[in-house]
Amino acid sequence: MKLTGDFKAPIGLDMYVVNTGDWRYQRPVTLEGKCRKCGVCFLFCPTGSRYERGDSFDTDLRYCKGCGLCANECGAQAIAMVPEVRE
Amino acid sequence: MTRVMMNRETRIAKPGRIAVIDGNMAAALGAKLSRPNLLAAYPITPQTPLVEYLSTFVADGELAAEMVEVEGEHSALSVLQGAALAGARVFTGTSSQGLALMYEPYIRTSTLRLPIVMVIATREVISPQSVWGGQQDAFTLRDAGWIQIFVEDNQEILDTIIMAYRIAEHPEVLLPVNVCYDGFYLSHTADVVEIPTSEDVDTFLPPYHSDHIKLDPNMVMSVDPLTPGDILMEYRYKQVEAMMAAKQVIKEVDEEFGRYFGRSYGGLIERYRLDDASLALITVGSTSGTAKVAVDAARNRGLDIGLIKLRTLRPFPREEMMEALRGKVAIGIVERQVSFGWGTGIIYQELGTVLCQLRERPTIIDFVDGLGGADITLGHYERAIDLVRKAAAGEPIDECTWLGIDFE
Amino acid sequence: MKEIRLHGRGGQGAVLASQILVSAAVKEGKFGNAIPYFGFERRGAPLVAFVRIDDNRIREHTQIYTPDCVLVLDPTLVAAVNVFQGLKEGGIVIINERKAPEDVALPAQVGRCGVLDATAVALDVLGSPITNTPMLGAFAATTGWIGLDALIEALREILRGKQADLNVQAALAGYERTRVVGR
Repeated sequence: MKLTGDFKAPIGLDMYVVNTGDWRYQRPVTLEGKCRKCGVCFLFCPTGSRYERGDSFDTDLRYCKGCGLCANECGAQAIAMVPEVRE
Repeated sequence: MTRVMMNRETRIAKPGRIAVIDGNMAAALGAKLSRPNLLAAYPITPQTPLVEYLSTFVADGELAAEMVEVEGEHSALSVLQGAALAGARVFTGTSSQGLALMYEPYIRTSTLRLPIVMVIATREVISPQSVWGGQQDAFTLRDAGWIQIFVEDNQEILDTIIMAYRIAEHPEVLLPVNVCYDGFYLSHTADVVEIPTSEDVDTFLPPYHSDHIKLDPNMVMSVDPLTPGDILMEYRYKQVEAMMAAKQVIKEVDEEFGRYFGRSYGGLIERYRLDDASLALITVGSTSGTAKVAVDAARNRGLDIGLIKLRTLRPFPREEMMEALRGKVAIGIVERQVSFGWGTGIIYQELGTVLCQLRERPTIIDFVDGLGGADITLGHYERAIDLVRKAAAGEPIDECTWLGIDFE
Repeated sequence: MKEIRLHGRGGQGAVLASQILVSAAVKEGKFGNAIPYFGFERRGAPLVAFVRIDDNRIREHTQIYTPDCVLVLDPTLVAAVNVFQGLKEGGIVIINERKAPEDVALPAQVGRCGVLDATAVALDVLGSPITNTPMLGAFAATTGWIGLDALIEALREILRGKQADLNVQAALAGYERTRVVGR
């Protein structure tokens, strides 16, 4: 059996990492002075890409997929989704 | 004698305790002797006393198993799946509507290759409302990938559960097993049973060691990830191979059980007075005992008739059936379920495939009886045997006769 | 083989009685099986148990239509159910009845009848109207198909302590007080 080898039952043993950062066509930018540090964007982010930095929250761009949930949920309207610019 | 072989003199095991117990107790004892690590079950007539007996064993410290209280049959089997994935030997039981509720985890138990043993105290599927015996529940699920063995009496219930773990856990099988016994006619019927000693069962059935699908905190793994079709087909092929391999394993385990405990059941089928017969009946479950009495009576009247007791519905014993049917002139199948799409019982259809492979085919006629706990009487067997005799003589007989119904 | 049909009501111990009969037969080196037939389990509903006893292992898993013996645990059942249906010619009836044997209405085919006021015995010895053990004593007295010793041994195996003692007493009282008429 070429594909399953010795496996009798369906188990996945290798880690296959999906780079969701590649999917992004827009990115979240926190607007200066508006962030209340409530943490809602951190809680809602599906890839865990929002993090606390200084007196506001910022985005780790490795896995951010630009879904815009953070901007949508932000009660202070402190996040703007801006087009992704790639070289 | 309902035993195929009773060899008290040469058997290895010590004599067991003789007790008068009902089928549910026989199942509970079979489970207890098999030393499961975890149990989870939800009560449903006619299985309920089984759950009560198991709970009592655990509460009294006679069975060292975790008993998980669940709110329904779906949860019962789901809990068992989790435990089996962690490497535990597990046990449960259910019937009809409970089995239906369990269908979702049921279909993935075989595909995950979990060697779970579950008894089904077979009960008619409602509606009309019924609590009594019928085999529709187990038969309906015959293609969910479980091995299904149907038994004739309480001794066979106890013995087959122990054998079921050997079969399920065999490295060439690794499939779940149903041991099916008739609701009320076995579950609540008190019968004489020899209970083997713990020591002897321990020798016959060693502990379960899983290495094909076991959750391990030291190994990063996902169980049952999203799988594309080409890979899935390979897994399914292996599962089918395992089901086919089970045929030989079931026969070998039965023979070994016989050598060890002095009782064996014929493996996939039991042949009763069949060798010199030109006619035969095929039966499944507790009615096989009644059928044997009817066959003996017919033999005394000069008719050369025998019986094939079908033990394993899955895997279907096609080779054994072909051998059993060879040279026979007419066969009557007594079925405790129906295949609605065919207007006959289910075994009739399955046997059709076997018949295609025979150059000379016996005439097969079908009987439906015993649904919803209706009794399959010796009078019904007399009528069935007479119709088989007529069919053998070339008289036109209906393809399927419903016994017990007054059509007037 | 002897085929015995027990008629009782849920809660009177008919099913247990049928199992004790089989146990007693096993004590005497015989085989037996007992098939109960009831619906949604509830106190007072009529139920039937089919007992077969033989020297060889019982293979039948079917109801009994022509019993050699009928055991009626509750007198009110006679009006509700045809308890004598199919009884063989010359068959034996054992019935829980306050009336004198001569006054008990029986069909023509009955050859022998054992009458016991089992309710009175049960109330007397056990303090509750559970008639199964006195009726088992009546069965032994009327048929002679199982011995009193085997019956008591079977009772002591299934019941423990004070329950066992009282029920053995009830069975003995039943055995002694049964009046048998006929052949």
